[in-house]
Amino acid sequence: MSATVQTLPATSSRRGLGIAPARLTARAVSAWFGDHKVLERVSLDMAPRRVTALIGPSGCGKSTFLRILNRMHELVPSASLAGTVELDGLDIYRGPRSTTETRKRIGMVFQKPNPFPAMSVADNVLSGLKLSRMKLSSRAERRELVEHALGRAGLWNEVKSRLETPGGALSGGQQQRLCIARALAVRPQVLLMDEPCSALDPTSTRRIEDTIAEISEEVTVVIVTHNMQQAQRVSHDCAFFLAGENEPGYIVESGTTEKMFSEPDDTRTLDYVRGRFG
Amino acid sequence: MIVDDLEQPRVTIRVHRAPADRVYRMVVRLAASATLLVMGLIGAFLFARALPALRSGGWRFLTEQAWTPDSGRFGISAVLLGTVLIAVVALVIAVPLSIGAALFITEYAPRRLRRPITSLIDLLAAVPSLIYGLWGLFFLQPRLIKVSRWLTDHASVVPFFRTKSTNYASTTFIAGVVVSLMVVPICTAVMREVFSQAPVGEKEGALALGASRWGMVRTVVLPFGRGGIVGGSMLGLGRALGETIAVSLIISPIFVRSIHILDGGGNSISSLIALRFSESNTFGISALMAAGLVLFGMTLVVNAIASVIVNRSRSGAATEI
Amino acid sequence: MTTASTELRIERETQALEDRVRFRRLDVDDAMPVCGAGLSAFCLVWLVYERLTPLSGGLGFWLSWYGVFLAVHWLVVRERSGPLAAADRLATVVLTTAGLCLLVPLTLIVGYTAYRGWAALRPTFFVKDLRYTGSLSKATDGGGAHAIVGTLEQVGLAVLISVPLGVATAVFLNEVGGRLARPVRLIVDTMSAIPSIVAGLFIFAVIVLTFGQNGFAGALALSVLMLPTVTRTSEVVLRLVPGGLREASLALGASEWRTTRDVVLPTARPGLATAVILGVARAIGETAPLLLTIGGAFVMNADPFHGKQDALPYFVYRLIRFPQNAQVQRAWTGALVLLALVLVLFVIARIIGGRGPGHAGPFKRRRRRRLDMKEHA
Repeated sequence: MSATVQTLPATSSRRGLGIAPARLTARAVSAWFGDHKVLERVSLDMAPRRVTALIGPSGCGKSTFLRILNRMHELVPSASLAGTVELDGLDIYRGPRSTTETRKRIGMVFQKPNPFPAMSVADNVLSGLKLSRMKLSSRAERRELVEHALGRAGLWNEVKSRLETPGGALSGGQQQRLCIARALAVRPQVLLMDEPCSALDPTSTRRIEDTIAEISEEVTVVIVTHNMQQAQRVSHDCAFFLAGENEPGYIVESGTTEKMFSEPDDTRTLDYVRGRFG
Repeated sequence: MIVDDLEQPRVTIRVHRAPADRVYRMVVRLAASATLLVMGLIGAFLFARALPALRSGGWRFLTEQAWTPDSGRFGISAVLLGTVLIAVVALVIAVPLSIGAALFITEYAPRRLRRPITSLIDLLAAVPSLIYGLWGLFFLQPRLIKVSRWLTDHASVVPFFRTKSTNYASTTFIAGVVVSLMVVPICTAVMREVFSQAPVGEKEGALALGASRWGMVRTVVLPFGRGGIVGGSMLGLGRALGETIAVSLIISPIFVRSIHILDGGGNSISSLIALRFSESNTFGISALMAAGLVLFGMTLVVNAIASVIVNRSRSGAATEI
Repeated sequence: MTTASTELRIERETQALEDRVRFRRLDVDDAMPVCGAGLSAFCLVWLVYERLTPLSGGLGFWLSWYGVFLAVHWLVVRERSGPLAAADRLATVVLTTAGLCLLVPLTLIVGYTAYRGWAALRPTFFVKDLRYTGSLSKATDGGGAHAIVGTLEQVGLAVLISVPLGVATAVFLNEVGGRLARPVRLIVDTMSAIPSIVAGLFIFAVIVLTFGQNGFAGALALSVLMLPTVTRTSEVVLRLVPGGLREASLALGASEWRTTRDVVLPTARPGLATAVILGVARAIGETAPLLLTIGGAFVMNADPFHGKQDALPYFVYRLIRFPQNAQVQRAWTGALVLLALVLVLFVIARIIGGRGPGHAGPFKRRRRRRLDMKEHA
């Protein structure tokens, strides 16, 4: 299958940003760094148009699991994994799609905002397209996409008058929203977010949570968070990760957020959400 | 109730140093002053000794091509142009090669090979320029003569490559190629240091957007490393300008301003000094000093620009050049 | 298209077998286009070059081959995986070539020098000088002992002058500082830009014209070049000693002098040693400043303060210009000895200091551990 140059349809911005939100399924995923096992047969179904939160104490492998979902785990030289990850039924590791193609469909927002400082705000938003050689036919299209992506990320009003300023000149919360806009501009089917608000102030956090709620109609969202209140606020489904000392992480329980926070099946889940340990 | 803030006596803390400490500080300060004095004197002395020639030559010093101090006709325009041409040829070859090699080492080479290759580059930098010169003269020159002929035959649309001579030996071009090999390790070392500090977060951000490795390099590593690229190139330029031995072994000196780098013959300020010092009287020495001063000034300016660019750029702050 | 290679891994009996995926950088899918493109480019270029056009010459052939190889490879990958992957692969190939290009000159230079210099290399080279050799002597007559002795003496004197002064200046800049620091640093940075020939010219005018050419003048010229370099590299090394060590020492009640002597300098010693050895390696190869100052000799002169002396680089530089083959051969042997000397020094410096000022070598690491233990004992 050869990847052809994709041209975005003219009405893309009006229809919304996602191609079509997809179902992401992990089956018995285990992960190693060298010979050190960090994840033990994690299985999770992340439904389309829903926000799935991965919660649990730090060091349980939540971020590692997230990075396996968009093939960033393999950037570490000694990394290996077992199990399958399927995007709408297609195995992303053994299937026909290339790594870069997978990463375009499964986007990621990192804990520390990382806009490209050498580019302006507008260029940052468009950088994903430029990097993957997706052509926009006209300046008007580009302008529209920038406006739409920044609007979705809740940043448009603040930067509309300074689209040419460098990406690094914004505040922390603005930078993170810029990264979200940049990820959305590529029109992914899934958006992975690795503790996106942990480095931000409460106002920015709230803005981003609003964004998550808005985009969940068009993009499947998987978010790692330490903040249980945030998990309750934004997610539809939850998965609780746990790991013993020097043991690989695993999912204790998963289900709808409502159930997980009121009547979970496992006592450990109940203890965690009640704040009895963290 | 208003509380007066009482006058509190402010005490300046005086540092009481042990006698051993005072001696130590004095000795060390003396050493630094000695360094300062010696180095300053060198600069001053050079300038003073060069003055007679400069005064006699006046502005013609910069425009005259010939070098016959005894007859009063002497100027650096030919040697200066020659020096610059050699450096330009060297940089044109060295800079792209260095950028490519530095990128290869930091982004493409297997991790286990990084340390050995870096040591290899430092080793290349340690090889004396004399050895480069010998190798260039005996090994490279015969082989480059064919290249020079090809360039003349096929590329003479570019004025640099036009020549009337049939010799193709002892040319600026060949000297430039040899100097470029000397300059590559320095440039590569600086650029490699800079590229290796590109922020991982940004690199991951690019990859997560679906960029290929080359796309990530183009978007993150190269813009980040701009300061290092320029700084490394300028450092290499400084070295190329001052190179004496390799140039004097290869080039047969002529005193004509010419941009035809394939002509048999060229010049540079440092080889001028090397070849002429023994047969010069006091005035001749003064003239050579003036030329040396110009070379020193050029190298100084280049190094200063390099420092400024590297220090002000994102990448430069942590590197030492 | 990427296919992941799977490896079976035997887990403990209690757990089921898991198919483990390890990621490899290169696999068969990447290597095949490269080989195929290389081969087809070779055939194509051979056909066109040798048979059809009047061009000739090895260099031209290989350059054409490289260009065609790149084009064919790019086209093949583009067909299979699209333009994005094609550009990425092209960049990989070009940059790998650049990396390899670095290694080629080194092997060529060292190899060629060894090849030329080996013929006349005899033990007598290290013992005899050129006093009995004339223009008709064989290359193996006489030797370069006078040059070797000269180099050792001149560089030795230069080290004696510039290293204590340079390290002390670096200590001043880093540990003491003050208003004097700025002009000192400025002048040191300025002087590190001095071209080697100008340093020689300076010593020529100041010393040689009054006292004549001798080895000491050469040593002085070398010191002029070494002093700024030693100062700067020593300062870098000292700056890398963690401030916490100094604070710990001062908090224990040690004076500044004690801190410097017993904590900072020992910690920095491997780095300083490396810096000095690398400075020596560079000074040994310096020819330009010697051209004007030492005069050169054919006879052994072990006194650097009186009379002209020879040195290895000068020996090579002079003899290489003689028309007789024997002289040229002798020069090459001298060049081989010089190169070997520099390489040996370089390797020693690496062993002592590790990868460079920022990276601790095995000795440094051990020392630092010992030092920390001593402090916290």
